[in-house]
Amino acid sequence: MKLSGNQVRHVAALARLDLSEAEIETLSVELSAILDYIDKLGELDTGAVEPTTSVVAMKAAMREDVVTNPCAPERTLANAPESRKGHFVVPRIIE
Amino acid sequence: MTTLNRLSIEEASRRLAAREVSSTELTEACLAEIERTDGKVGSFLEVTADLARRQAAAADARLASGDSAGPLTGVPVALKDLFITEGVRTTCASKLLVNYVPAYQGTVARRLEEAGAVLLGKLNMDEFAMGSSTENSGLAKTRNPWDLERVPGGSSGGSATTVAARQSLGSYGTDTGGSIRLPASYCGVVGLKPTYGRVSRFGVVAFASSLDQVGPFATTVRGAALLLGAVAGHDPMDSTSINAPVPNYNEGLGESIRGLRIGVPDEYFAEGIEADVEARVREALDQLKALGAELVRVRLPHAEYAVPTYYIIATAEASSNLGRYDGVRYGVRKGEQDGLRAMYGHSRNAGFGKEVKRRIMLGTYALSAGYYDAYYLKAMKVRTLIRSDFTEAFENCDIIASPTGPTTAFRFGERSGDPLKMYLSDVLTISTNLAGLPGMSLPCGFDRGGLPVGLQLIGRPLDEPTLLKVAAAFEDATDHATRLPALCEAKAHGSEDAAL
Repeated sequence: MKLSGNQVRHVAALARLDLSEAEIETLSVELSAILDYIDKLGELDTGAVEPTTSVVAMKAAMREDVVTNPCAPERTLANAPESRKGHFVVPRIIE
Repeated sequence: MTTLNRLSIEEASRRLAAREVSSTELTEACLAEIERTDGKVGSFLEVTADLARRQAAAADARLASGDSAGPLTGVPVALKDLFITEGVRTTCASKLLVNYVPAYQGTVARRLEEAGAVLLGKLNMDEFAMGSSTENSGLAKTRNPWDLERVPGGSSGGSATTVAARQSLGSYGTDTGGSIRLPASYCGVVGLKPTYGRVSRFGVVAFASSLDQVGPFATTVRGAALLLGAVAGHDPMDSTSINAPVPNYNEGLGESIRGLRIGVPDEYFAEGIEADVEARVREALDQLKALGAELVRVRLPHAEYAVPTYYIIATAEASSNLGRYDGVRYGVRKGEQDGLRAMYGHSRNAGFGKEVKRRIMLGTYALSAGYYDAYYLKAMKVRTLIRSDFTEAFENCDIIASPTGPTTAFRFGERSGDPLKMYLSDVLTISTNLAGLPGMSLPCGFDRGGLPVGLQLIGRPLDEPTLLKVAAAFEDATDHATRLPALCEAKAHGSEDAAL
């Protein structure tokens, strides 16, 4: 499966990765090789097979809607790149 | 006093309980060894000496007043830097999180605190647990103590080296496709990946949520069993954790394995396995037979599809999990002056290393519109086939045995230029994660160059007891675990050899 530069650019946009042109070129080659190898799965007839989404029995775990781990705002903001008055500061998104 | 760092966990635990040695003495011995050798090995990203000393003193006070918290009270251990530790820097070996200090405690760290263990520090790894050699660390280089020009394996490289180099008595890592078992194999120590869901993933930075599992490293099987017992068990904070009782994993170790059936899969002894690796593993199988086990030939017909299946599922899950690194609440932030979209794109591109970006791209592609069915859905179906291979094999055997890796530790740079070549290092370990089974690696000898070879044992779901029993029987009958890397032998000035 050969990936073109434009396909790589499209995936990079989906992944929110602002790759350089050099990175796009390298990834186009590397990802194509990996996808070629992955195409091996096409050898298997899986029409009648159920997909495995989890190896443990998954049941939505329910609990009472009460706060069990209060975390002071200062602690939550401790790693913020930018914060002010108890909020995370981010670039404006609405003009 | 100077060789206290070489004690097994079970022996240290016994001496601590009998008040023959103090946690402070043990901790100081470990810190001294870290000081002496970590410049060469590079196990640690952060040594928490002050914290360790305070915890050791607290443990000694508990032991003095007869108020032990259990067998790990006062035992010095270290954690892969993927484990969230409150107030202690947690980087996942990524430039993106180089200054991240968690404001909460993960379950593994909390259970170890409650068990009275001493935290020596945080260990180097492949960035975000993506890799098989620790060469993908964004922050440091870890070397194999057996040959400093070779990799320790990955992604839990530092977790393996710190135990192999006798800097820490035990450690914890994580295993998504072999990341505990492979470095354990390359570094000649015991590494155990429990059944998926046995140990809580709350506080384990997520890579691939349906595959990740926490597990211990130790110099002995009994040590690994003690480490597992301290952290295993249901956690309401992890909805994938299994609600089943935790047995005493040290019970029954030493009992006979007569009559147990060891499955030997054709597919795990195929071409590509180094001659010395196969030789040591076959000798190990003979040893198990001599101990009374029965060797049974089994088939795992879909084994050759495991690596491609994994590299769709794991990368897809990773692309989703790593979406949280957006420069908003934590981590590196760049490009915010050009708006939100630029901030996302620049922050992520600047923070993530090459392999991480490669896997995010692969996973995003596999999940994208038009490709989801062909890749992700297909992989989930092949996962079902791989899982049922094991279910069928376990009708004819109790434990499956194989080499852990096709080779012994390779040289730096040997595989890092070819992603696929690196991925194939995991060919023998990956299926265990896809099937959610418990697996371990234990030392079974050395190759002609003196590099450790690992024997892999795989068990039925939640059958860690049988796994550990077979491993203990093998360890008791052999002496591979007693050989130390040359690095440990070099004596510090003025030291004396205390009797162990």
